[in-house]
Amino acid sequence: MSGSSYYVPHETKWPFLATIALMIMFTGLANYMNDESTLTLTLTGLGLLLLVIYGWFSYVVRESEGGLYDDQVDMSFRWGMAWFIFSEVMFFAAFFGALYYARELSLPWLAGDGSGVSTNQELWPTFENVWPSNGPANYGGDFVVMKAAGIPALNTIILLISGLTVTWAHHGLKEGKRNQLILGLIATVLLGFIFVGFQAYEYSHAYNDLNLKMSSGIYGSTFYMLTGFHGFHVTLGAIMLTVILFRCIRGHFTNQNHFGFEAVAWYWHFVDVVWLGLFVFVYWL
Amino acid sequence: MSTNIDHIKEEHHHQPSGLMRWITTTNHKDIGSLYLWFSLLMFFIGGFMALIIRAELFQPGLQLVVPGFFNQMTTMHALIMIFGALMPAFVGLANWQLPMMIGAPDMALPRLNNWSFWILPFAFTMLLSTLFFESGGPAAGWTLYPPLSLQGGNSMPFVIFSLHLLGASSILGAINVIATILNMRAPGMTLMKMPIFVWTWLITAFLLIAAMPVLAGAITMLLTDRFYGTSFFTAAGGGDPVLFQHIFWFFGHPEVYILILPAFGIISTIIPAFSRKKLFGYDSMVYATASIALLSFIVWAHHMFTVGMPLAGEIFFMFTTMLIAVPTGVKVFNWVATMWRGSMTFETPMLFSLAFIILFTIGGFSGLMLAITPADFQYHDTYFVVAHFHYVLVPGAIFAVIAAVYYWIPKWTGKMYNETLGKVHFWMTTIFVNITFFPMHFVGLAGMPRRIPDYAVQFTDFNMIASIGAFGFGLSQLLFVYILFQTLRQPVTAADKSWEGAEGLEWTLPSPAPYHSFDTPPKVD
Repeated sequence: MSGSSYYVPHETKWPFLATIALMIMFTGLANYMNDESTLTLTLTGLGLLLLVIYGWFSYVVRESEGGLYDDQVDMSFRWGMAWFIFSEVMFFAAFFGALYYARELSLPWLAGDGSGVSTNQELWPTFENVWPSNGPANYGGDFVVMKAAGIPALNTIILLISGLTVTWAHHGLKEGKRNQLILGLIATVLLGFIFVGFQAYEYSHAYNDLNLKMSSGIYGSTFYMLTGFHGFHVTLGAIMLTVILFRCIRGHFTNQNHFGFEAVAWYWHFVDVVWLGLFVFVYWL
Repeated sequence: MSTNIDHIKEEHHHQPSGLMRWITTTNHKDIGSLYLWFSLLMFFIGGFMALIIRAELFQPGLQLVVPGFFNQMTTMHALIMIFGALMPAFVGLANWQLPMMIGAPDMALPRLNNWSFWILPFAFTMLLSTLFFESGGPAAGWTLYPPLSLQGGNSMPFVIFSLHLLGASSILGAINVIATILNMRAPGMTLMKMPIFVWTWLITAFLLIAAMPVLAGAITMLLTDRFYGTSFFTAAGGGDPVLFQHIFWFFGHPEVYILILPAFGIISTIIPAFSRKKLFGYDSMVYATASIALLSFIVWAHHMFTVGMPLAGEIFFMFTTMLIAVPTGVKVFNWVATMWRGSMTFETPMLFSLAFIILFTIGGFSGLMLAITPADFQYHDTYFVVAHFHYVLVPGAIFAVIAAVYYWIPKWTGKMYNETLGKVHFWMTTIFVNITFFPMHFVGLAGMPRRIPDYAVQFTDFNMIASIGAFGFGLSQLLFVYILFQTLRQPVTAADKSWEGAEGLEWTLPSPAPYHSFDTPPKVD
């Protein structure tokens, strides 16, 4: 627990630049949503943000490879990443909570359960609580449900296998088996992008063939927001894994010191676990 | 965008000066100061809005502003005071104090620290800019309840994105606090030997990380409901506007403890120092803080008793809410027991802390009244609620921040403030805060609703008194700013241990504290 050699960077420009990029991006996005501008500003901000992230991380990677980080710094990163993942869990919890509330409370009440009798009688006397539902006003029109068997089940298998391959790669790193490390990572990255590709196909199928849209009432809302945010996280995770893959090819990390790898692996397991929740509560039950 | 390794080394040799020093700093003291000055600025902007509200409410009828603008003022006043004044003030104090209190050189993640500060001025520029929009700023209240908030003007996505950014800033800050406390303590400083302010901040950081993402989820649903056709909060689509209230308050109630737990830590530091005794019941203080934090996740719906919940829900949330009085009572009695037979003196930080105990307890008691479901049907959305939460936030949280500034400013600057002026500031603040908020209890119980620009004539007298108090309170804070600047102009004279009864590692450092707090960790036994 000695703090005498703890590495404190003396100055940094990256956070300030990142904030400027974020402001440009969000200002552009807000104007776009208000129908006051095109996406140009948003994309400019996003591009700047990506450049800043690239610069910031390159800098950190160089510091790490330069041996500036000791065990205590490593532990700070571990705590940081662990709590960051916890914050992500809570973000998804809000959407799972909304799904629970809709299925167990708001739809039964709209159908006349509990104290919802008069709402049902006065507004939607014919409404019955059947899941999935697009609500008593039949928002977005009739739709077909996304079945759990098929692509979602395949995606579950893909993500579970990718969890194994990343662990296999980790063992390769720890035991100095370079080929195992690189092959394991390549497999994980491929599986990740295949998952995202399947999700994209599933969305286009849902929009074009099933008439299942974001505007399909509460089912469409919860379906797209939960799977959408998850897909976004998988994409991020796959990009992070790709970066780690390139770093491994360049010979970064040692069998003792490779928290960059582990952080991304933690993140990957996190999106894996969230998917299991999605598969059970969004697709299956 | 890439820099080579020589450049890294070069950067480490020279120290930028002027504005660039503050933009690029990774030092916990620099960042702490940035947070505190920013918080003071926001305190005055939010306070100015409060005075617009109180000026309008001086008399019944509409005199100064149109109702729409009045609603923007109530909304913005809350958002700015909560996210701009109080939270940054506590993070600023954490930045200054945590490394010094646990014997660390700096915060654990210094670049992240810089980022969590610099998001704030930009996010607030975004938020405040909406006031100049043709369709005005947000006017649906800081709680952003749908369907009203969905019917706002162009400000809505700007407000939501600025809240996303503020949330990200808070989460990053909290991650940094946890990593610092868990990883950077001096050898020998076990968890149960940590200063109580460190403990309260550890638990607050946990609350921040658990609660802020939930707010992010709720406001994201608002955004997609408005712009992308989802129906989370639309009954016709199978959703429920009440769902927003549940998710919002699942964040919102931990949020109010985020605003008060660090204040408890400050009071638990200052009361022993000026009583010249150890804190009574250190362990029970830690357990009480943790209990309050855990309970904060199962009480949220007491904000929504009148919304039409099942009876079982009303009863559950009533009892869990009342349960919070137990650990809070433990704290209040521990503070009193700390003072019992202490050798007390009454310098300005102690005066603010004593006022905190009494006035916060009043706010706590009115909270208990509000917790009683059947009674809440009368009080809900009246000025009684306004009186309640202003008692816990103004003579509660803000008094604690002011006390902390008086208490630690000699350590930060090496300079002692003027004690006479400090006492004048205390008495003016304490008298005016009560003139402002105490009458609100009466008009609230008599039925005056909150968030309205006009009211029935029978409420006039108490409203006039409250408005006079508010302007007096505002003026008293100008004195505070004067005291701060006067202190900064003093020569460095403060002793390393500025207060006779003060305890803790920060007082072993010179005053002002060196740029890097502990280059070699101290030994704690």
